[in-house]
Amino acid sequence: MNTTWRLLLALAVAFSITACKTTKPQTEAAPEAAQPAPVVEQEAQPVAAPDPHDYTDVRNFDNSESLLSKRVVYFDFDKSEVKAEYRDIVAAHAAYAAANPSARITLEGHADERGTREYNLGLGERRANAVAGLMSAAGVRGDQINVVSYGEERPVCRVSDENCWWQNRRVEIVYTAR
Amino acid sequence: MRNILYTLLLLLLAQAAQAKLEIEIVQGNASALPIAIIPLQWRAGGPPPATRVAEVISSDLYRSGLFAPLDEKDMVDRPADAESIRFGTWRLLKVDYIVLGWINDSPDGSGYDIVYQLFDVHTQERLLSQIATVGLGDLRFGAHRVADAIYEKLTGVPGAFSTRIAYVSATGGQGHTKYELFVADADGYNPQPVVGSPEPLLSPNWSHDGKRLAYVSFEKGNSAIYIQNVATGSRELVSTGKGINGAPAFSPDDRYLALTLSRTGNPEIYIKDLTTGRNRQLTHHWAIDTEAAWSPDGKWVFFTSDRGGKPQIYRLPVNGGTPERVTQEGDYNARATISPDGKRIAVAHGVGNEYRIAIVDLDTRRMRILTPGLLDESPSFAPNGSMILYATREGDKGVLAAVSADGNVRQRLILAEGDVREPAWSPVIR
Repeated sequence: MNTTWRLLLALAVAFSITACKTTKPQTEAAPEAAQPAPVVEQEAQPVAAPDPHDYTDVRNFDNSESLLSKRVVYFDFDKSEVKAEYRDIVAAHAAYAAANPSARITLEGHADERGTREYNLGLGERRANAVAGLMSAAGVRGDQINVVSYGEERPVCRVSDENCWWQNRRVEIVYTAR
Repeated sequence: MRNILYTLLLLLLAQAAQAKLEIEIVQGNASALPIAIIPLQWRAGGPPPATRVAEVISSDLYRSGLFAPLDEKDMVDRPADAESIRFGTWRLLKVDYIVLGWINDSPDGSGYDIVYQLFDVHTQERLLSQIATVGLGDLRFGAHRVADAIYEKLTGVPGAFSTRIAYVSATGGQGHTKYELFVADADGYNPQPVVGSPEPLLSPNWSHDGKRLAYVSFEKGNSAIYIQNVATGSRELVSTGKGINGAPAFSPDDRYLALTLSRTGNPEIYIKDLTTGRNRQLTHHWAIDTEAAWSPDGKWVFFTSDRGGKPQIYRLPVNGGTPERVTQEGDYNARATISPDGKRIAVAHGVGNEYRIAIVDLDTRRMRILTPGLLDESPSFAPNGSMILYATREGDKGVLAAVSADGNVRQRLILAEGDVREPAWSPVIR
């Protein structure tokens, strides 16, 4: 009598355990099917646009409202002084580079076609150096700036009049690393 | 009347030359020597080639500004040898000199003999009787050598017609320009490419043995100076590094190269010893100092500097010293080329937006403007001092032109297509 009851009890315990095991997967499957819930859509909302005056924010390079998207400085004929209207652009890029030590800038100096080519190499370099000087004074490290002059050799237009000439008297601010 | 004759001759020459050469008369040169180059008789086997030797000679002599070649149409008589000359005819045509002869196969069959004689019409004296032997396909070169001999006999100055020119050509549009450095005959014929690049090339400069060209190339991203052997094509990088590497100029003995480096923070002139590679700094001034040119005796270096505010020409002794300003007129003078006798320089001279080629006498320091402009630059003296090659613009196209040193005759060279600039006249290669 005792052995039979013990055996029945053992069987009942074993059965109840296996019964529990088989029901578990069923309950787990249910939550997975329910996962695509409206909760996820909240994460896809757009982030606020960058402050165009935050010159340390790399997103402003492509923001036309920010000075960081402007990367050409123009000069008067035969001159290499950075005019007042371009100093803010230089200051913006200087702020970015000073705040981002891994930034590397190449300043490309250019001149219009008038005058001799080798002298114009010197003039283009002088213009790029003028921009580099302003950036250094604003805290950009020397090894972050590289100066190259192309003189009159890389014009953006090739017409012999002032409409074209002013566009070639320029320094281009080119980031080789942001 | 003579002007009409000249125009006809030029049109003939222009057509025969397949529109490669366009000559324009600035003003007649009253003291130009009237000369008749009688078409040379073809006595070689095979059909006569396209090159008409007499026309090449006439064109060369005309271009110098010192000769007035007679139009072939007016040659009522075409003698080939001395016995056939009727001097009275030529006196009536108001010609002072005649050249005649023929072209034979050379005795060893490797080319041609150009057999020619030069006569003084008034004295009936034979001044030259020579044979120029050239290889097959070298008739143009032979014609240039004949022109050189005639020029030297009648002026006392060696001719420069058988010399060569280097220039840079830019073809293709914005963003896909191809630059090539070419070497061609002094009249623009037979251009041969020396080096090509998708990046700018400028400032070619010949060694004085005529074998090498130094030039500036941006192929490495920044300006760098190469020296290349023209015949073999092998080249050496002689200056690279941060800043400008520009304006190379061989010394008269080819042992040194003047160049412009800005590694001290502003462009300065240096002298590089080509044997050791060492640089010696020549100018010491915060201004832009560039475009060095050597005096023929090797004692002076002329250069462009804006130390006075705007570019002017200065010179200083090769071993250093205080630069002395050379150009006194005009608010912009740059890129001096020195005449072979060391007595004059030609410069790019700017007033306002207008740039012309001007000549400065180094004794009097007086300046004379040679060209009409308005964007003339890169003057280069012929090795005999008689002509100046320079770059100018026509519409939106860069072209080369040659002007006689007295300014009387100017010629446009129509070379390959594209924008042509930066000419450099080779030395005489004996």
